[in-house]
Amino acid sequence: MQHERFLSTRFNTTEFQDLGAYRKAGGYETAKKAITAMTPAQIIDVVKASNLRGLGGAGFPAGMKWSFIPKDNPNPRYLVVNADEGEPGTFKDRYLMVHDPHRLIEGMMIASFAIGAHKAYIYIRGEYIRPADILDKAIAQARAAGVLGPKCLGSDYALEIVVFRGAGAYICGEETALLESLEGKKGQPRLKPPFPAVIGLFNCPTVINNVETLCCVPYILERGADWFSKLGAEKNGGNRLFCLSGHVKRPGVYECSMRVTLRELIYEQAGGMREGRTLKAVIPGGISAAILTANEIDTQMDFDSLKKAGTMAGSGGVIIMDDSTNMVKALWNAMQFFSHESCGQCSPCREGTGWAFKVVSRMLNGQGHKNDIAALLHASRNMMGTTICAFGDAAGTPGVSYIQKFPKEFEERCTHA
Amino acid sequence: MSADHGHAASTPVPPVKLKVDVKQVFARLEPRCQEIAAKYDRRQAALIPVLNLCQETFGCITPEIEEVVARFIGISVTKVHEVRSFYTLYSTTPLGRHRVQVCRTLSCALLGAEDVIERVGKCLAAMPGTTTPDGRVSFEAVECLGACELAPMMRVDDHFEGPLTPEKAEEIVKKLE
Repeated sequence: MQHERFLSTRFNTTEFQDLGAYRKAGGYETAKKAITAMTPAQIIDVVKASNLRGLGGAGFPAGMKWSFIPKDNPNPRYLVVNADEGEPGTFKDRYLMVHDPHRLIEGMMIASFAIGAHKAYIYIRGEYIRPADILDKAIAQARAAGVLGPKCLGSDYALEIVVFRGAGAYICGEETALLESLEGKKGQPRLKPPFPAVIGLFNCPTVINNVETLCCVPYILERGADWFSKLGAEKNGGNRLFCLSGHVKRPGVYECSMRVTLRELIYEQAGGMREGRTLKAVIPGGISAAILTANEIDTQMDFDSLKKAGTMAGSGGVIIMDDSTNMVKALWNAMQFFSHESCGQCSPCREGTGWAFKVVSRMLNGQGHKNDIAALLHASRNMMGTTICAFGDAAGTPGVSYIQKFPKEFEERCTHA
Repeated sequence: MSADHGHAASTPVPPVKLKVDVKQVFARLEPRCQEIAAKYDRRQAALIPVLNLCQETFGCITPEIEEVVARFIGISVTKVHEVRSFYTLYSTTPLGRHRVQVCRTLSCALLGAEDVIERVGKCLAAMPGTTTPDGRVSFEAVECLGACELAPMMRVDDHFEGPLTPEKAEEIVKKLE
């Protein structure tokens, strides 16, 4: 199918890191219009009507999230950008920050104005050193030119943006762990409710949005909610940056309509499988998503269709595996990741990820017991729905789904009495 | 929790005593730390940025550094220690002049990360999680770095290298001075 691209059209240049080039191409005009000629309620209505979903992984309607900020709370409000891109298989936000940093700033400006925030933080993962530098420079340039600061673009609206570099922890991509980290604590998720919209950063009302979500906002205001919503699928507005990696000919970021199928992404966008190989399995939304077999790739890639297919759209990280892949080894790798990254707060996850990793290690080494599949399923299911954050579900999902889709490979390795 | 992470692991070795005078060096960093603290509406929010600056400056975070940072922020040393030990980018022993992190997570693993890790380790004569005795390179096998399109890949200081073969990785690591 044809895809009308906009998010990714600058990915082949670094020219637009510069404020001058960005403005020359019409940059910040939409933000100016928003903060001088629109009310916050009008902006939120447009974003709601666009069906923009949270593109970090949860897919929560963005406009609705903004509308949860209480109107009568006297505390300052904050916008926090989740740029802690850490879900294995995901690398799109890095492209946006490196190639179009001012687009993110413009989206932040509109969102901050809509929720009444005058301070916004970008929480970027510690390993993204160059992207963080690029953002720092872009913000400094915007501030020096009066785009940001006490009178944004000559208006009465004030906004300051601060870049905060993390220090290496997958869990900090979970929004409440991110807030803890930003407050100078270890990144352990908070119980919800209360939700961050009511009690967030420094106990103040806070909206946390993903980089890509915010980059969509200027386009929505410029071209209209109807345009954006029609680009995508029902209730899933717009395009999405899909990250393809693994055994395909051309790994990379592909901007496609939410209506794109997994088959098209793999065979048309990413050039298909490597020479002489066939598709075996694919994880459609980051390592936390349930795995699909080669027969299940005709699903559409929007949040609701993938949910119906028994998996999730997640972060848009599509990991493709060909017929050379050992599924026990792949699961072993996933469980190594989860057992390393569990924050240790809830016992089902802290202990369960470790147990699951040990059991899969035993299978991989040819020492699997007859009841090990049952043990692995038990440890995995015991993590799901029993923990403070969604990490437990994420860590339990691979074990359950790999065994369900590829039972023989596991049975073959569990023969010891 | 980085339980099996080389640098952050709580092995029963005595804490490193740095050759530099920590208090003196930190005194020189203090104006920059004040600038950082001014960006946040709560002082403790400056903790991680200040620890990042210390990691860059000292090459590690020792108990002595935790103490000066605690005093600067105005919180207990325990709280600083808790944060320091939670995040993988902080090392308890001085890192080498270069930091090489080879990704070992799924997309990289599917395309041969194990062979890259083995070759880099051989070429440096170092295990993942250690620093070469000459202080040239700290070598780690780490979880996803967010660059799966470059798989198999590694981070060398501030930039990413990939797609790698064991040979390419060796070539890059050998050139580090």
